[in-house]
Amino acid sequence: MKKRIVVVGNGMVGHKFIDNLVNHADAAQYQVITFSEEPRLAYDRVQLSKYFSGSTAEDLMLTSENYYNEKSVEFILKDKVVDLDLDNKEVITASGRREGYDKLILATGSFPFVPPIPGNKGEHCLVYRTIEDLEAITHSATQSKVGVVVGGGLLGLEAAAALKAAGLETHVVEFAPRLMAVQLDEGGGKLLRRKIESLGVRVHTQKATTEIVAGTEARYRMNFADGSHLETDMILFSAGIRPQDELARKCGIEVGERGGIVIDNNCQTSVKDIYSIGESALWQNRIYGLVAPGYHMAKVAVSHITGGSEQFSGADMSTKLKLLGVDVASVGDAHGNTPGSLSYTYSNDVDEVYKRIIVSADNKKLLGAVLVGDVEAYGVLQQMCVNGMDLPEDPNSLILPSVDGSSSAMGVDALPETAQICSCMDVSKGTICCAVQNGATTMSAIKDATKASTSCGGCTALVKQVMDSELIKLGVEVSNHICEHFPHSRRELADIVRIKKIKIFDELLDGHGKGLGCEICKPAVASILASFWNEFVLDKKHIGLQDTNDIFLGNMQKDGTYSIVPRVAGGEITPEKLIVLGQVAKEYKLYTKITGGQRIDLFGAQLHQLPAIWKVLVEAGFETGQAYGKSLRTVKSCVGSTWCRYGVLDSVGMAITLENRYKGIRAPHKIKFGVSGCTRECAEAQGKDFGVIATESGWNLYVCGNGGMRPRHADLFATGLDDATLIKYIDRVMMFYIRTGDRLQRTSVWLENLDGGLAYLKKVVIDDKLGIAAELEQQLQENIDQFQCEWKTTVENPELQKRFKHFINSDDRDENLAYVLERGQIRPAFKDERENKIELVELVD
Amino acid sequence: MNGKNISVRKMMSEKNWISVCFEDDLFADTGVCAKVNGQQVAIFKSSRLNELFAISNYDPIGEANVLSRGIIGSLGDAVVVASPLYKEHYNLRTGECLEKPEYSVATFPVKVENGVVHVQA
Repeated sequence: MKKRIVVVGNGMVGHKFIDNLVNHADAAQYQVITFSEEPRLAYDRVQLSKYFSGSTAEDLMLTSENYYNEKSVEFILKDKVVDLDLDNKEVITASGRREGYDKLILATGSFPFVPPIPGNKGEHCLVYRTIEDLEAITHSATQSKVGVVVGGGLLGLEAAAALKAAGLETHVVEFAPRLMAVQLDEGGGKLLRRKIESLGVRVHTQKATTEIVAGTEARYRMNFADGSHLETDMILFSAGIRPQDELARKCGIEVGERGGIVIDNNCQTSVKDIYSIGESALWQNRIYGLVAPGYHMAKVAVSHITGGSEQFSGADMSTKLKLLGVDVASVGDAHGNTPGSLSYTYSNDVDEVYKRIIVSADNKKLLGAVLVGDVEAYGVLQQMCVNGMDLPEDPNSLILPSVDGSSSAMGVDALPETAQICSCMDVSKGTICCAVQNGATTMSAIKDATKASTSCGGCTALVKQVMDSELIKLGVEVSNHICEHFPHSRRELADIVRIKKIKIFDELLDGHGKGLGCEICKPAVASILASFWNEFVLDKKHIGLQDTNDIFLGNMQKDGTYSIVPRVAGGEITPEKLIVLGQVAKEYKLYTKITGGQRIDLFGAQLHQLPAIWKVLVEAGFETGQAYGKSLRTVKSCVGSTWCRYGVLDSVGMAITLENRYKGIRAPHKIKFGVSGCTRECAEAQGKDFGVIATESGWNLYVCGNGGMRPRHADLFATGLDDATLIKYIDRVMMFYIRTGDRLQRTSVWLENLDGGLAYLKKVVIDDKLGIAAELEQQLQENIDQFQCEWKTTVENPELQKRFKHFINSDDRDENLAYVLERGQIRPAFKDERENKIELVELVD
Repeated sequence: MNGKNISVRKMMSEKNWISVCFEDDLFADTGVCAKVNGQQVAIFKSSRLNELFAISNYDPIGEANVLSRGIIGSLGDAVVVASPLYKEHYNLRTGECLEKPEYSVATFPVKVENGVVHVQA
């Protein structure tokens, strides 16, 4: 008979418990049943704010019904457990369902605290905890102009970011004298406030709300104890959380004076066989409102049930996060409450950086730290604190900016093997090193093997450092050679080409390679040559380097014919041009399809037809769409402020400007853009290499997103930009990518592999840390100046058209081509259709 | 020279050399396709080796007449063309597919005389 384990609550911690148990060696001995009052299984509440930057409820899911079915976990949604029958060991749900248990886990989490202010029950007075809350916020935002968040803590600021993203005038009202009073000291709180206010969020500290009444200009008016007031259309309460201990309270399970189900070191409650884990649990009179301690409790409970010896002994409350684009971190005793503690402070108003470390009275150990604006040192400081490591000789080195640009005075080598690198997934340094030894040599392989850095991502930089350090120890030199002909990466080849001013492939091969080259290095070098010297790609000198798509300026299809894709900048096209496309397609019987990039693809053009077709198109004002090149594809746009009721800026105009600016520039891989006219994001810009989204305060720039095989949401790079700054930043990022990207490396992978990641990219592009910004811009401008439409050049030059023939010695066409009609258009015939010659379409010569 | 080689040579020489184009029509390190006795022949010119190669234009894996539009180069000691469809490599001297040796393409003698490219096919 299997033991029945009932888990009340399927939040992050409840799910973690289940996941640990069903993957335990003795899993077969247990039957798990879980209840949730929410309509869906566990999702990632830590990443909730991503819902407003484009993630869907689906993206946030931590598990799936399939997974639970596979693991035989019984789950009951939308049915809240309302009572316990302790004598018969049964749970009773709102619908009257009874389930017996051998062990009961209360993972009921917490609920948002709404201060008892008169008037706090209005339709647009909301909280921020569940996906349903987010849906309510989204709905309310469409009917609101101004939004107030009550509470300037961690969650409050996340909620403020959500309101900002929804396009509302955003205010934060805080009772304490500073923001994030729990995690930050005065200096840190002050800088955070300055940064957040510069982003357009208004901060009001030391305000106690006395009542909420009807407003005159907005929906509500909030009256404060000091006599001041604020008008707003919606109010979001984020004034802390309270443990959801109602069930325990009702059934006589011991709870704390101020709430929380009392647990011991095994996560057991006062009643035998009942455990509590996560935010509902009170351990030594303390509630842990972070996910990592909850995960640890889940592990402890599983251990106790299965006969293990793991104990809960408190948790490190260090946090690192990005709020409204501002990096904030807090480690250990951030306030210096330890008697006799000393501190070191570094404060830089110019770069907006604040760092303070708290050390022991003997100046030997690190006790805590506060970091705002630059949190690079977080990983090292947190490890130092948790592991009780000795401070370096000069503790200043931990917070002072290093002169040579390298970070952290102490390397990861100093960390013990047991150091917990990823607290969310509980991954130690030893586990990561072991994974490297077993062949995981890239970040994605490490993530797959250890799950490190797969939850909040705060430890990414540290994980990479551990991995790199281990690789060096193993003497592994990861070969990044482009192919057997060059002992160099694409990036190194690009440097050689640029520095030695090499203009032809043979010169590079003679000096730096061997053999004859191949289909990998040749197009890569062609792309590099084109990026730096932007000569006509079909110049005799380079033609042998090009892929057939580049030579014939079209994409080869499976039967050897090509597709024709003219540029339709921003997706805007006149009826006249549309008619020309239709006429050409009809005349040559081309299969016609609208692409995902808002243009029109014509398929099935034979080699010899290409110049004639393009002649018509060029005369009608079309240019090549460079769909064949590793270069800018399209700038997708929504219609924007010119027509749309919600549009904030002219997204189509900007899309056309950007597309015309960057068209034809050769890069390591294709590049896609999106421009949305408001935060509704209809152009799906955050799935593009460069995403631009209009806001009331200007353009927000996102970089390095991707759709396709491995989707990646773009990262917010800068906010509130004017047109000129937007273009300047894109110029720099793009040229930096062209210079440093590897062959066929999309911007998403490039950024993931870039040392220092997004923060480094920002430093290079925004702060010009390397002093190359002007050079990047200039190189990009040279590219732009040299743009030519390859098809225009070709149709104007009969010599170039000579190549566009299937046979060099005959005007015959390829007799192997055969098509049938499908839905009124041609399609390459299948083998049997071809062999039986059934209803083949007569081809146009 | 043994008798077998002589007989092979003799057989080949029975086919006529067909002139297909001027050498100048070939861009360095690219291919063209010629129609020779009804067959599609891909002809490549390697500038570094100063040598011409001729193989069948039909890609037996992609099932299309496209090999003349592939990029040529070397893999180890083999001089190869990469199919523009799925990038398999064919040895330009033997016709063998390097990745899938069960596939191969025909090779043909090719030469330049008085600036004119001739193929035997």
